[in-house]
Amino acid sequence: MDAMPKWAEVVLVPLISLLLAAILSALVILAIGESPWEALKLMVDGALGSTYGWGYTLYYATNFIFTGLAVAIAFHARMFNIGGEGQAVLGGLGVALVCLFIPFPHWSLALIASACGAALFGAAWAFIPAILQAKRGSHIVITTIMFNFIAAALLNYLLVGALKPAGSMEPATGRFPETTHLPSFQDMFSFGEATLFRGAPANISFFVALAACVALWALIWRTRLGYELRAFGHSESAARYAGISPTKIIVISMLISGGLAGMMAINNVQGEAERLVLNAVEGAGFIGIAVALMGRSHPFGVLLAALLFGFLYQGGAELALWTSIPRELIVVIQALVILFTGALDNMVRMPLENLFLMRRRPPGPDRKSTSAEGAR
Amino acid sequence: MDLITLLQLLDSTLRLATPLLLACLAGLYSERAGIFDIGLEGKMLAAAFLSAGVAYVTGNVWLGLLAGIGASLLLSAIHGLASITFRGNQLISGVAINFLAAGLTVVIAQSWFAQGGRTPQLSGGARFNPVTLPGAEALRDVPVLGPIYYELISGHTIIVYLGLIVVPITAWVLFSTRFGLRLRAVGENPAAVDTAGVSVVGMRFAAVAICGVLCGIAGAYLATALQAGFTKDMSAGRGYIALAALIFAKWRPVYCLWACLLFGFLQAIALRSDLIERVLQFNIQSQLLDALPYILTVVILAGFVGRAVPPRAGGEPYVKER
Repeated sequence: MDAMPKWAEVVLVPLISLLLAAILSALVILAIGESPWEALKLMVDGALGSTYGWGYTLYYATNFIFTGLAVAIAFHARMFNIGGEGQAVLGGLGVALVCLFIPFPHWSLALIASACGAALFGAAWAFIPAILQAKRGSHIVITTIMFNFIAAALLNYLLVGALKPAGSMEPATGRFPETTHLPSFQDMFSFGEATLFRGAPANISFFVALAACVALWALIWRTRLGYELRAFGHSESAARYAGISPTKIIVISMLISGGLAGMMAINNVQGEAERLVLNAVEGAGFIGIAVALMGRSHPFGVLLAALLFGFLYQGGAELALWTSIPRELIVVIQALVILFTGALDNMVRMPLENLFLMRRRPPGPDRKSTSAEGAR
Repeated sequence: MDLITLLQLLDSTLRLATPLLLACLAGLYSERAGIFDIGLEGKMLAAAFLSAGVAYVTGNVWLGLLAGIGASLLLSAIHGLASITFRGNQLISGVAINFLAAGLTVVIAQSWFAQGGRTPQLSGGARFNPVTLPGAEALRDVPVLGPIYYELISGHTIIVYLGLIVVPITAWVLFSTRFGLRLRAVGENPAAVDTAGVSVVGMRFAAVAICGVLCGIAGAYLATALQAGFTKDMSAGRGYIALAALIFAKWRPVYCLWACLLFGFLQAIALRSDLIERVLQFNIQSQLLDALPYILTVVILAGFVGRAVPPRAGGEPYVKER
């Protein structure tokens, strides 16, 4: 029996968790001698007060949608993919190789090819931990952590070696050719005199991310594979009994997960930087964990949570610019969100469940009447 | 390569292995009791920051050490609360702790010292200074053994020796005491321990607390002995390498020592790329050396070189009645 109505489960629990995280963050801001209210006003103004701010908010949100969906799909199969960071690094490598070495006549073809490249490389990086988990029982959390570090070392190696243009001192690839540049929001939404989103990095990959949300929703709740995946996540033994192959589910869920994390690179590498630099991912792979937890692993929830984190990121950058609050405050907020929505979930949930159970029980000390009520 | 260069290399191996070793043993206590801890990194970082901050303000490194342990214990308490009391996901809690430490240290350091998220340089009594063991100077000129004693064994900070002593103590506590037996049992079969009338929750909190103390010492060592002050993200993945070493060592204390020395050695030679080139006649990319601990761990995890079997109840919250 569900102790809580569905709306409470879906809306109330994340909201209370978020509120707790917000209160603690406000206390941190107070403790370092700034005003939380002023900080919030600055953040809202900086992230949502102009199309420029929106352009950054949506740019960050695009990254977080991809990595959030990546963690979410793995959660459905009860896999914890903590390796989104490494998979996104490899995705960047895939995008860079496609953009640098294939001549494209038009950006649309380049986008399709680089999205495939990114997904392929990200999925490949998730494949090894997945197959090790499925076949040898190596804990996927540990192996994906290890693969994050190996990915960072690999990229470092390539960027100071093979991929660095001759004569350059910077550990980065050369600029991608003009024809692979994606249209930014500024190019897409400026009509006549009015230039919107001027200089902001949001680009067409935001819509790819939205499409990925819809596709993933359909996959999880409208296909046989999605059903098998969820069944496996709920009970491995039951799924096995129903003839679902654990190896297949583990590997496929991780491939999709890695592919989605990798596809983040069409936004940050192809869309924004237009070349591959060290540390291009900037922790977005980890933020995916917070986003997926916050969004309750539902693609629509992930979208909302990604927008929230996009707002926090852009707002945090503005805070760092105008006040003495460093950018790392966002990392604290992110940690608190993960803590309350993920690890301390029961702390929020248990009292709420009790509250709802109390309300449902009819008044009166007699327990018998309760069961009679239920039987009727 | 002559003896002195080799000794220098081993000397820095020992220095670099110490934080790994302390964190690795910290993880050992926690995981043996069935609590996965990927928050070692965060605890070390928090301890490094607070120890450096307090050592700078008071000028006393021992107070710094205490403060570092306190910071680490606080995070341990959060981890315990989330994963033991509220039966949350231990991995997610660990991730949260890592971020909490990464963010808070910089935010507080900035508002405390206003030096871009660092603490000021530590010097004198605010740092752990090398200890010269008795007779090291006198025996220095004895061939072979003299330099070994003087260069390699003597001249480390007290924490290095502490780390080495904790290894046999851990082995003794885990395998020869009642507490150790119960601790291991809680990680393998908590229901049995519960039936015997021992509090599973109590044992697990004790293990998590020991983990906090050791991580605190490891973090304080980073900021007050290995380096002179706290810098942003100074733990630099050491918590994860310690985790790797723990798996590499198959959750056994003495193996932990060897695994950490191996990974410390890899870090030490990564710092001396000139040496590799001279000895091997070709250059090994430093990135490969950076990645090697992780690659080795994946190979071990894959079970190609002996199987690493974690404690059976690891990662699962204990529910008394289902």
